[in-house]
Amino acid sequence: MSKLNELNIASARDGLARGEFSAAELTEVYIQAIQAGRDMNAYITETPDVALERARESDARRAKGDAMGAMDGIPIAMKDLFCTEGVLTTAGSHILDGFVPPYESTVSANLRSAGAVMLGKSNLDEFAMGSANITSYYGPVKNPWKATSGPNQGKDLVPGGSSGGSAAAVAGGLAMAATGTDTGGSIRQPASFCGIVGLKPTYGRCSRWGVVAFASSLDQAGPMTKTVQDAAIMLGAMAGHDPKDSTSAPLPVPDFEALMTGDVKGLTIGIPKEYKMDGMDPEIQALWDQGIAWLKDAGCIIKEVSLPHTKYALATYYIVAPAEASANLARYDGVRYGLRVPGDSLDDMYMNTRGAGFGEEVQRRILIGTYALSSGYYDAYYIKAQKVRTLISNDFKTAFESVDAILTPTAPSAAFALGEKQEDPVAMYLNDVFTVPTSLAGLPGMSVPAGFSSTGLPLGLQVIGRSFDEGTVLNVGAALEKAAGLNLKAVTGASS
Amino acid sequence: MSLDKDTVKNIAYLARMRVADDKLEPLAGELSSILNWIEQLQELDTDGVEPMASVSDVVLPQRKDAVTDGNCQAAVLKNAPDSEDGFFAVPKVVE
Repeated sequence: MSKLNELNIASARDGLARGEFSAAELTEVYIQAIQAGRDMNAYITETPDVALERARESDARRAKGDAMGAMDGIPIAMKDLFCTEGVLTTAGSHILDGFVPPYESTVSANLRSAGAVMLGKSNLDEFAMGSANITSYYGPVKNPWKATSGPNQGKDLVPGGSSGGSAAAVAGGLAMAATGTDTGGSIRQPASFCGIVGLKPTYGRCSRWGVVAFASSLDQAGPMTKTVQDAAIMLGAMAGHDPKDSTSAPLPVPDFEALMTGDVKGLTIGIPKEYKMDGMDPEIQALWDQGIAWLKDAGCIIKEVSLPHTKYALATYYIVAPAEASANLARYDGVRYGLRVPGDSLDDMYMNTRGAGFGEEVQRRILIGTYALSSGYYDAYYIKAQKVRTLISNDFKTAFESVDAILTPTAPSAAFALGEKQEDPVAMYLNDVFTVPTSLAGLPGMSVPAGFSSTGLPLGLQVIGRSFDEGTVLNVGAALEKAAGLNLKAVTGASS
Repeated sequence: MSLDKDTVKNIAYLARMRVADDKLEPLAGELSSILNWIEQLQELDTDGVEPMASVSDVVLPQRKDAVTDGNCQAAVLKNAPDSEDGFFAVPKVVE
């Protein structure tokens, strides 16, 4: 029974179908693992009672022959950015103190109606703003991986961010899979740091309704899983058109698992030359070269492509995202929900509440965004960034005229130590250099574990696809996963 | 672009966010370095380029102008820090 939390969605589906174990037994194993693994701080709120109730409902359905598909009875972590009815939702922020939504986000509702069992709400950077899960009001998350050598040997490492709790939970055996959200890399970068699969779907594939908003033109929910096949299964349960989100795409949800044919022969894979950056870590370059060789061996045609505006993507993102955030976060005013810090006047109450309720990184971004949108600077910053965004998006359109998918590294390094890179905000932003351009263009991108650093830490490669072509992304990702053949059990006791 | 203390104080006021006086100077430095880094966008010629507000090229859908929700006053007020007689309550704004 103790091996139950080493299963993935696909293997658990088979075991549940054969009656080898019940959803309640499976859930119990995770509840115990979560209690034993609290030191990781992967969860803000544990929901064992909700989980067991839903697991028993799943077992009852199955006993009657009414099992609902692959996600029925699968225990997952829910990033604490998804509003969940009757369960505290914090967005990792002090300003949402005590907020218990009276409604359920569309994505979490979809997963619930597919039978998924919610184990709890996973930790994240405050309002999903961060790349190391160190900005959460509820404290940092520890990566279950430890370096086996080098200067960080034995130290606590960051899990990446912002979906750091989700990534750590899946890698550390505290959830079979998890939801994440990705605005500039928040699914893919932590997936790379924790040695799991993270898929940011095409913008519009999953509804944003009921997801605490960060940057509305970029935010997208997606699955974080142990395998590529699991990502296909889980995305199928999360996705779908939702009239309550006007940017949700009115498209049918394909059977993503069935699109994974295992055959990538003849596909053309683009290698963007601008991603070979000065000072790139040779280990990352070597991993990328290895990925190219694997796809070539699998029958892909490799083609160099140019995405000439790549170097402007981060600066563009750090205008667009904070501008949208400053507008979205205006709703936290101490009136309708969450924290209120009293003041002498209404204005005073607003200022006290927002001054105390937002952490440093969120305040920085609100200030940058407010400045970029303020009179006299709007054209120079915001409109300029939106124009460059068009150029970045056009780069991808041109590239995808001649390739079927693009292969890049996911992140410029392996997981770093807690406390590193905290002094300089721009140094932290560089973590997302390979993931932000995809987000600006709204394209699907997936990080797949592909190798290890010399210090024994997992490293991911990113597959980028055409709009709404997650099928090809998953197919190419599965080919990489197969070729890499990694043993990805997190190495937690490396001190010996 | 370099922001001074007073500008930061003004932006913080526009955002209705109390920032302690001793935080203004360090924030001015951090925000200036971020804005200086963003300055690189100015070297690109973007004349005649359409600004991109959304990646989806679908026309925003319209729905019937009809009531689809409501009668949930208690649920709406449940999370309010302060409410009175079915309303959100705030500090007095009119003397």
